Amino acid sequence: MTDSKYFTTTKKGEIFELKAELNSDKKEKKKEAVKKVIASMTVGKDVSALFPDVVNCMQTDNLELKKLVYLYLMNYAKSQPDMAIMAVNTFVKDCEDPNPLIRALAVRTMGCIRVDKITEYLCEPLRKCLKDEDPYVRKTAAVCVAKLHDINAQLVEDQGFLDTLKDLISDSNPMVVANAVAALSEIAESHPSSNLLDLNPQSINKLLTALNECTEWGQIFILDCLANYTPKDDREAQSICERVTPRLSHANSAVVLSAVKVLMKFMEMLSKDLDYYGTLLKKLAPPLVTLLSAEPELQYVALRNINLIVQKRPEILKHEMKVFFVKYNDPIYVKLEKLDIMIRLASQANIAQVLAELKEYATEVDVDFVRKAVRAIGRCAIKVEQSAERCVSTLLDLIQTKVNYVVQEAIVVIKDIFRKYPNKYESVIATLCENLDSLDEPEARAAMIWIVGEYAERIDNADELLESFLEGFHDESTQVQLQLLTAIVKLFLKKPTETQELVQQVLSLATQDSDNPDLRDRGYIYWRLLSTDPVAAKEVVLAEKPLISEETDLIEPTLLDELICYIGTLASVYHKPPMSGPPLATSSVQMGAVDLLGGGLDSLIGGTNFVAPPTAAVPANLGAPIGSGLNDLFDLTSGVGTLSGSYVAPKAVWLPAMKAKGLEISGTFTRQVGSISMDLQLTNKALQVMTDFAIQFNRNSFGLAPAAPLQVHAPLSPNQTVEISLPLSTVGSVMKMEPLNNLQVAVKNNIDVFYFSTLYPLHILFVEDGKMDRQMFLATWKDIPNENEAQFQIRDCPLNAEAASSKLQSSNIFTVAKRNVEGQDMLYQSLKLTNGIWVLAELRIQPGNPSCTLSLKCRAPEVSQHVYQAYETILKN
Amino acid sequence: MSRTTSLPKRIKIHFMFFPAILSDSTTVLEFQFSCSIPAPLHSENDYFGVCSEPVIKDNVVVVYEVLEEMLDNGFPLATESNILKELIKPPTILRTVVNTITGSTNVGDQLPTGQLSVVPWRRTGVKYTNNEAYFDVIEEIDAIIDKSGSTITAEIQGVIDACVKLTGMPDLTLSFMNPRLLDDVSFHPCVRFKRWESERILSFIPPDGNFRLLSYHVSAQNLVAIPVYVKHNISFRDSSSLGRFEITVGPKQTMGKTIEGVTVTSQMPKGVLNMNLTPSQGTHTFDPVTKMLSWDVGKINPQKLPSLKGTMSLQAGASKPDENPTINLQFKIQQLAISGLKVNRLDMYGEKYKPFKGIKYMTKAGKFQVRT
Repeated sequence: MTDSKYFTTTKKGEIFELKAELNSDKKEKKKEAVKKVIASMTVGKDVSALFPDVVNCMQTDNLELKKLVYLYLMNYAKSQPDMAIMAVNTFVKDCEDPNPLIRALAVRTMGCIRVDKITEYLCEPLRKCLKDEDPYVRKTAAVCVAKLHDINAQLVEDQGFLDTLKDLISDSNPMVVANAVAALSEIAESHPSSNLLDLNPQSINKLLTALNECTEWGQIFILDCLANYTPKDDREAQSICERVTPRLSHANSAVVLSAVKVLMKFMEMLSKDLDYYGTLLKKLAPPLVTLLSAEPELQYVALRNINLIVQKRPEILKHEMKVFFVKYNDPIYVKLEKLDIMIRLASQANIAQVLAELKEYATEVDVDFVRKAVRAIGRCAIKVEQSAERCVSTLLDLIQTKVNYVVQEAIVVIKDIFRKYPNKYESVIATLCENLDSLDEPEARAAMIWIVGEYAERIDNADELLESFLEGFHDESTQVQLQLLTAIVKLFLKKPTETQELVQQVLSLATQDSDNPDLRDRGYIYWRLLSTDPVAAKEVVLAEKPLISEETDLIEPTLLDELICYIGTLASVYHKPPMSGPPLATSSVQMGAVDLLGGGLDSLIGGTNFVAPPTAAVPANLGAPIGSGLNDLFDLTSGVGTLSGSYVAPKAVWLPAMKAKGLEISGTFTRQVGSISMDLQLTNKALQVMTDFAIQFNRNSFGLAPAAPLQVHAPLSPNQTVEISLPLSTVGSVMKMEPLNNLQVAVKNNIDVFYFSTLYPLHILFVEDGKMDRQMFLATWKDIPNENEAQFQIRDCPLNAEAASSKLQSSNIFTVAKRNVEGQDMLYQSLKLTNGIWVLAELRIQPGNPSCTLSLKCRAPEVSQHVYQAYETILKN
Repeated sequence: MSRTTSLPKRIKIHFMFFPAILSDSTTVLEFQFSCSIPAPLHSENDYFGVCSEPVIKDNVVVVYEVLEEMLDNGFPLATESNILKELIKPPTILRTVVNTITGSTNVGDQLPTGQLSVVPWRRTGVKYTNNEAYFDVIEEIDAIIDKSGSTITAEIQGVIDACVKLTGMPDLTLSFMNPRLLDDVSFHPCVRFKRWESERILSFIPPDGNFRLLSYHVSAQNLVAIPVYVKHNISFRDSSSLGRFEITVGPKQTMGKTIEGVTVTSQMPKGVLNMNLTPSQGTHTFDPVTKMLSWDVGKINPQKLPSLKGTMSLQAGASKPDENPTINLQFKIQQLAISGLKVNRLDMYGEKYKPFKGIKYMTKAGKFQVRT
């Protein structure tokens, strides 16, 4: 008597048979038939033809049968929307059933039927269920709102379900609260602008109370929601932390990680001198360690998260090094992650232990892991300066084992050690040279060649060694070829007399016989350098190299902070913020939203100021106040339109009415999502109708030109105002203006042609891809001569580094790096103008001091003054 | 996890393959959830005992019903097997027969009382003729021992599993002789955390039936006793094609208890063609394909230590293998919690009857590895 028999019928004519059974009078037979239908559906057979017959079985008091019919409905309603309507009545009826189980079942199923026609009928039952007396029904209904929102967001908003859902946060039953939070979070994710989860201290308190009482899954929803809240001061942060801490002892690792996320985030607000801060640090370690005793998959997720936590606050796990020691039968992904964390935790205190472990790993079976272990020794040497010597001797020990891949890997990392500690460990070169013949991997060969070239003056037979590589030049990989070319040129510059022949050979190999463009170009450059100015060649090729540091493999601090907010989610496993889809939209639009409000208000005030005079001047004219009201509205909408755009100055009068026969023009410049526009407001203060508007720009410094004709659709009647957004391009003809940002404009209408000039703020020219990468920034900064540097003071700007950085970012000034020097925050920023000019900036902010210092470096120093003005406008607004 | 409701066909024997939309949802949650799904389905005394493809086919309707209770719209809801069992009754032969005759179903038509109460993990109206509460303290010891026999890391993962069959709403307290051992613990939601924080006493209203009361972690090195040692002498001689292999296993800190169920496994290097070994007790096998050596030792008699000796034939002409084999050990010690954790007393309040009480201890090897 098992269900498996339902899977076994494969006869033809099955559908007809089922149909007959479904319409049978016997209840038992009916139920059997429905089970058969479900079984066929489950294995992928099309049983949609039975739709009306199955729906007929819906009217039953047998709960199991009802569930099965509902399951069938969910599956096929979409393909048979017309027939699905037949089921609506039963749903509505079931939502009023005395049994709460049936009410909940009905409301749950309803949400799963994704048919537009049906959804409308379901609003009333859902509304009732949201206010049901039974919490089981309410919590199911809460989830149903999220489902419905996914099908038809507008409907949910129009019906006011969102407000009802918000009310459920204050429900007396913790499970209802948890589900309401889960539903709201899901809706908020797809509709970032909706401010659904506006938390205040009262609602936080309710959530914290519910947190203690609801199920483990509910706790996760609540904790994730708490993590998005920003406490108003450190005291509030501490009290929330205190109430969240007990969750760290939960058996469910998802609860633990969500709690860790909340704590990590709120800790930012606590002062490090606080006793509580120390206590919290201590409390965080054990639960993280415990996560490592779970299944390997969970372990991996935990380790990826711990990797972030360790980078953010290494002090939490500094005593727990041993739990990251690798077991030989750990899966490889766990091993590699543990290894990475070990290096991050390595310090002078524990380096001996770590090295002993790493050496042990280097004799394991798994080649990939062995390589990583050897590499790890090198990273330790670079990270912990005091241990470098010990690391080098460990590497030498490993080279002595003569195990091929170990030797090769060791040579690759020794190269890095040389870069970090020049002129310190060169004594080992002899040992390395002994293993020259066994190197067969390109990376190791390239590393060895680099070493030989770099220390050519100390290796007696450097020329012989390099020559031996040269024999098989064409069979080498590009990496090795490039390295060989450079090494021989270095050798030549160091010992010019004996190696003339060699260098000529390699140059001709690279330039004439190779079809690799990189190699050929590099060859030509060297050739040209050597033939025109050998001294300069020496300076270029043998230039002193910057030291490498451990920081290269750390996650960038701003990204790290962002990832900390995603602890426990997929982003924390990939170590990448959610880039695509709704999450990205969330962050960018939220940032825009802040800006939006400012911009909207500004232009609102600007608008009223400007319109006020004529109202006073012509009190008899009743049209004006209405006009001004409309203006306000328009301004507001234009403000709303400024999603994620840069700062917009309030409109200013560019052309007063008296100079232009009654036409008044005011305007401002905006930049949003990559396009520049000129927002104009034309007011007719003359007594005659104005038509035939057109606009033209004179040539200017950045080639600004109208990208479309000025479109005023209707004639402008007296006392009427229109708002026009004129898109601009930067491909017009260029002429340097004085001042640089001067723009001369001509506007024509049926009355006359008028001229005016205006200054545009430079930040409308800052492009979206103006973020330089760190290395590039450093190099460029050094590269630009010091006389191009300009320094400015920005006064009365009491912003902290974060606020300034985010404010500037919305106007496309990007923070490349940040550091704190002697209590001052230094922001390193980059921006790019539409014509490709890069401007690098260093903004020094001293907490407590309202003025900050801006140093600008740019190859075209004349823009600095205007960039500074842009900074000032952005920061002060 | 998705809105797809035809989940059963996606179950692959033991593991759930969720049509997961891994967009931004909480990963840990998903992993944790997929780990907890099979639990109610296959753990003892729960729905099916074992969870295999035929079993799922046999009970497809029940599986569907259970899953439907467990998640809605991708949100996990109830995973407590007590609650689930009240909503959907587990199939038994008797019930199937009764259902067939009377036409009733496995679906409970009453809302489970516990689900929305303050103690969601316990149903009301529990009745037993024999009231009993058994606790098993089970510890697994994970360790890495280096070549010379000294401990590199050692930690203990302990759990207290309970089987509580008590009538009514009993309120239990469990106290330990040495609660200070437990500084890293995860509790079942039923444990009152405040009481533990202040008095180091476990106070709780237990769920009905089997549940994990607590799991803990002891990692402070000095607290972890290592109960066995392995003496090994493995040498691959460079030129000859014969290597020597010898290991001996013996008890160390066992507090007078016998070590049982000992198995030794080791992954030999690729260069080993075959092994010719003689055990002093138990049986051994060597698989020349996977190079896996396993030796089923059984009990350790401290008077006559078990050993395994012999030769290895190595690939002729090949050089000495690069890597050293690691020895993996499995063992069990009854009536001992290696951390020294001891229950002091178990008291019951709230009900009048006298229950049977029992505590059992057991130590097992977890990942116990000896490097050579």
